[in-house]
Amino acid sequence: MRHEVRFSGFGGQGIILSAVILGRAAVMYDNKFAAQTQVYGPEARGGASMSQVIIDDEEILYPKVSDPDIYVIMSQEGFEKYGAVARDPAVMLVDSTLVHSRPECRYIGIPATREAKQTLKRDIVANIVMLGALVAATHVVSEEALKKAILDSVPKGTEDLNIKAMQLGLQLGKQP
Amino acid sequence: MTRPEFWQGNTACAEGALAAGCSFFGGYPITPSTEIAEHLAAKLPKKGGVFMQMEDEIASMASIIGASWAGARAMTATSGPGFSLMMENIGFAAMTETPCVVVNVQRGGPSTGQPTMSAQGDMMQVRFGSHGDYAVIALCPATVQEMYELTVKCFNLADKYRVPVFLMADETIGHMREKILIPDTVERVGRKPFVPGNPPFRAADPDLIPGFPQFGTGHHVHVTGLTHDERGYPAATSPQLHMDLVKRLVDKIENARDEMADYDVINPDAEQVFIAYGAPVRTVQQVMHDRKDPNIGFLRIRVVWPFPEKALAKFKNAKRFLIPEMNLGQIAREIERHVKVPVRSIPKLGGELHTPAELVRALEAQP
Repeated sequence: MRHEVRFSGFGGQGIILSAVILGRAAVMYDNKFAAQTQVYGPEARGGASMSQVIIDDEEILYPKVSDPDIYVIMSQEGFEKYGAVARDPAVMLVDSTLVHSRPECRYIGIPATREAKQTLKRDIVANIVMLGALVAATHVVSEEALKKAILDSVPKGTEDLNIKAMQLGLQLGKQP
Repeated sequence: MTRPEFWQGNTACAEGALAAGCSFFGGYPITPSTEIAEHLAAKLPKKGGVFMQMEDEIASMASIIGASWAGARAMTATSGPGFSLMMENIGFAAMTETPCVVVNVQRGGPSTGQPTMSAQGDMMQVRFGSHGDYAVIALCPATVQEMYELTVKCFNLADKYRVPVFLMADETIGHMREKILIPDTVERVGRKPFVPGNPPFRAADPDLIPGFPQFGTGHHVHVTGLTHDERGYPAATSPQLHMDLVKRLVDKIENARDEMADYDVINPDAEQVFIAYGAPVRTVQQVMHDRKDPNIGFLRIRVVWPFPEKALAKFKNAKRFLIPEMNLGQIAREIERHVKVPVRSIPKLGGELHTPAELVRALEAQP
């Protein structure tokens, strides 16, 4: 099964790191293949940042995302630039704290930035909340793989905070 | 045994250099190659090597030439604008037969062009960019795995043939992260030993490669970019000596063309044949996978210079060659020299990789 995941938000939210963590989870802990790419431009500082990852059971040949089936959108500008094109049967997770538009495809609103700020007192981990929600909603990688990949990737001393953020996301992303 | 990693191409290149025993990196950071320098700056000193950030790319190239003569496996990494600055000293390395590795993670040119976008526009520059006649070796990786493996191979070829060897990567592969399997050990081929008492630039063997009289090992060696005799002393006005020297520098590479050829032939009986190197390999692979058509062939090239012209003859039924490149058809023109059937260049500029749909359109278009 091939999944193409696109992340967008503003520079500084950890949009690129999110895609790297997801790809790492798939490759290192779920024994799958992944290819992660990103837009490298001045917009990576401020503006709309975008990164993508393909996850597949088979070796990935063409490595660029052409038609994402999963979107994770964390800013209004990111939605307009990289999310507005989404159509069914894609699914979009939107940070409902920061994104006011809604897509034409199926979507799940996750108040990631608000919850990160109120529950965890650190809005910097909103991207990890979104990752948890993504995995709960789509099972694109296993929860265990995501947890290990997060622990590999976050700075020392922040492990507990990030795992709490992931667990918060897992709850928020569970379908009713 | 191997272990999996999820690495960026540039990280894989730097790790490949470390595995190959690179002990000196001299460079100047430039997008999209900077991660190579960054990674080696962190890792090389811990392994007893030297990382030196130079004032520019002219000095970077000079630094690896000096380090190589002192015995180091030496490397630099750059992109188009830096590569242009390196050209003078690349000629010096070719003339002085200095083993060294130059990585060019290609971006859109000319000039400063598109720093963050992908291209393959330096494929002719790497072959002919410095003045005078000479020959070099150039490799093109198409996966993160090959960023690692071909970097190792660059060091081995450089030492074996005493020549600058180029890893001609592109932004697509350099910045992409994907799965890679790291081997426990890699092959290392060293330099031909120098026989004390011989003139330092005498190449008595049929391979035309002289032994390497490393600095600091007791040999008196004079290294000059001027046309030199086999003692290494300038002899710039002898027509015969100049012709013999330059012919040898070219022939030691050209004569080994088959030995160092590295390519895959897929569906050799096909009539429509793609040829690709670097990132466009990935798009061709996708088309081959999706179409499953034995009438579509594929020549995937890893060592682009010296060009493996004999590989073309393996496609005996070929009616047309299709060459997707992220330039205006640089290697397509090289291929035209060797075949009698039509060669269709599929150029793409702008920084984005060819899509599978674009290659299918070219395949279906009438010649």
